[in-house]
Amino acid sequence: MLRFLVRRTLGAVVILFLLSIVAFLLFFGVPRDPALLMCGKTCNPDSIANIHHVLGLDKSIPEQYWIFLHNLVLGSDQFAQGPCPAPCFGYSYHTNEQVWETLMDRLPTTFSLTLGGAVCFLIVGLGTGLLAAWRRGTLIDKAATGGAMVLSSMQIYFLGPLALAVLVYQTHWFDKPAYNEFTQDPASWFTGLIIPWVVLSTIFAAQYTRMARSSMIEQLQEEHVRTARAKGMSRRYVFFRYAWRGSLIPIVTIFGIDLGSLLGGAIITETTFSLPGLGQLAVQSVFFSDLPLLLGVMLFSATMILLFNIIVDAAYAFIDPRVRLS
Amino acid sequence: MTTLTKEAGAPDPAGTGPLLSVRDLHVSFKTEDGVVRAVDGLSFDVERGRTLGIVGESGSGKSVTNLTILGLHNPMFTTVEGEILLDGRELTTARESELEKLRGNKVAMIFQDPLTALSPYYTVGRQIAEPYMKHNGASKKAAWERAVEMLGKVGIPNPRARAADYPHQFSGGMRQRAMIAMALVCDPDLLIADEPTTALDVTVQAQILDLLKDLQQEFGSGIIFITHDLGVIADMADDIMVMYAGGAVERGTTEEVLRAPQHPYTWGLLNSMPRLDSDLGAQLSPIPGAPPSLLHPPSGCRFHPRCTFQDRVEGAGRCVNERPLLAPDRASACHLTADQKRTIFIEEIKPRLG
Repeated sequence: MLRFLVRRTLGAVVILFLLSIVAFLLFFGVPRDPALLMCGKTCNPDSIANIHHVLGLDKSIPEQYWIFLHNLVLGSDQFAQGPCPAPCFGYSYHTNEQVWETLMDRLPTTFSLTLGGAVCFLIVGLGTGLLAAWRRGTLIDKAATGGAMVLSSMQIYFLGPLALAVLVYQTHWFDKPAYNEFTQDPASWFTGLIIPWVVLSTIFAAQYTRMARSSMIEQLQEEHVRTARAKGMSRRYVFFRYAWRGSLIPIVTIFGIDLGSLLGGAIITETTFSLPGLGQLAVQSVFFSDLPLLLGVMLFSATMILLFNIIVDAAYAFIDPRVRLS
Repeated sequence: MTTLTKEAGAPDPAGTGPLLSVRDLHVSFKTEDGVVRAVDGLSFDVERGRTLGIVGESGSGKSVTNLTILGLHNPMFTTVEGEILLDGRELTTARESELEKLRGNKVAMIFQDPLTALSPYYTVGRQIAEPYMKHNGASKKAAWERAVEMLGKVGIPNPRARAADYPHQFSGGMRQRAMIAMALVCDPDLLIADEPTTALDVTVQAQILDLLKDLQQEFGSGIIFITHDLGVIADMADDIMVMYAGGAVERGTTEEVLRAPQHPYTWGLLNSMPRLDSDLGAQLSPIPGAPPSLLHPPSGCRFHPRCTFQDRVEGAGRCVNERPLLAPDRASACHLTADQKRTIFIEEIKPRLG
């Protein structure tokens, strides 16, 4: 297991390294000069050159990349804005804030949104899927399958504003979505996020319902499930011990991917509800051609996805003993 | 087991009658293409301590019959009519909870492919212990001890250590041994073995057959042994029932059916068996045609489209119009007269079998 983790972690570092190169090349491949956005009304070639010099954009691309890598690993005190300890992505062009601090500042919002949403969509989605599989062919199954079909074809940018209009602005049943620190006021943390959670999990839950149902039905037709029935084990026992165990593999796989990408920034959800999370930051960084911020958000998201990939692969070993030994 | 003289369905609590008695069983599935009559009017008995071999091609209804005995068919798409009496208890109308108490306890099953039939997620020991805990109310520890004991009985070396292994750590033959241990853990009265050796190589097959015979001696269970291999059945069974298109076409003791078969289908089966001592260039003679679709089974005798002897039956078109029934005593479901069957077998079939 340890060897596996070490190997996978090294692999992830290599991927991140390659990704940062690609991001760098792509950024400079786009004919858009961040200096133009920064120099304002008094723009002239001199001031642009000056900005380029200050940002280090007058150096060659390999040199810039080398500096980026150096700062990331060792930190730097070359910045005019102040010291920048490792992992240093530099200072944002747009806000002049340290990128890593900004990321850490936004993370709790995204983290809260993801965690609450995940709890909701796992419970509701898997619960409904299991119920539908258990009562396969009945009205409950048909309702669940149909409902899941409709909801999974919905989009957050449709459901979100709809929920806001009806539940917040018209009926005033819920608070306007906002992020409040959990440590300061748990109650308003909860009420501020409940609408985003519900909307986010509605769409995700529908996918999990369909997945749980179909993979349970598939598992229930496995021969070893029939053997367990032939041994006299009850339907419930066989359902939860034998079939569920087999269904976990695809569910855990998708859950890992979903969690990783949500933690890297739920761009649409955060934008829809104006929640200041990593997803919003990503949009901002692209909008302002903010290279340090862009690299920061991107590598952070990629790290999350890679991290959860490793966790999922490790989870396989717990679920399936055949994986453990090979 | 071939005697049908007993009044069907009479309760038999004293246990003097057959262990299992199937009467006029009909099983049909609803599919998108129509109703499949998988089993159509099947009757047979299994006695304690004896082995009934069921032979037939794929799709002849062998496995369906036996899944129906345990109530393991999908009730949503399946209609079951007729009677299945285990020790005089009617099973077709039994409640699910009653069936659960019988499964793995009084009636156990061994499946064809032990790799897919054992769960990959739990240890072999646990899978053997589960039914013992369920049916005997044994503690986890006692059930584990029992599982180890059973693994030893079926000839797994070092059973205590191997019980903690997962099925994928076992070889094919060992998996089938574990499967047998699982089936026998509660001393079942009836063991249904559904092609238990088909997935194994020949030497392992012989070991498993010997093991089953030894265990039957020890436990005194009745066995239903399903196979399409006549060689295996000759070795294992006391009685044979030959199935074709959802019904029995011939039955009798193993001696009778193999020495003096009476049904053209059985002749065909025997004919199509390769022989070790035949010439290398000798052609096998398969039964002409293909097994019928059970969506639209042939009229009259189910075998008539493939039968080369129907023109000898007296009365034109009888084979096409009238379904021959299996006579109560040793017989076959065929319109040929007993004399005709005897002469055809002796003069035309036997010489070819060598």
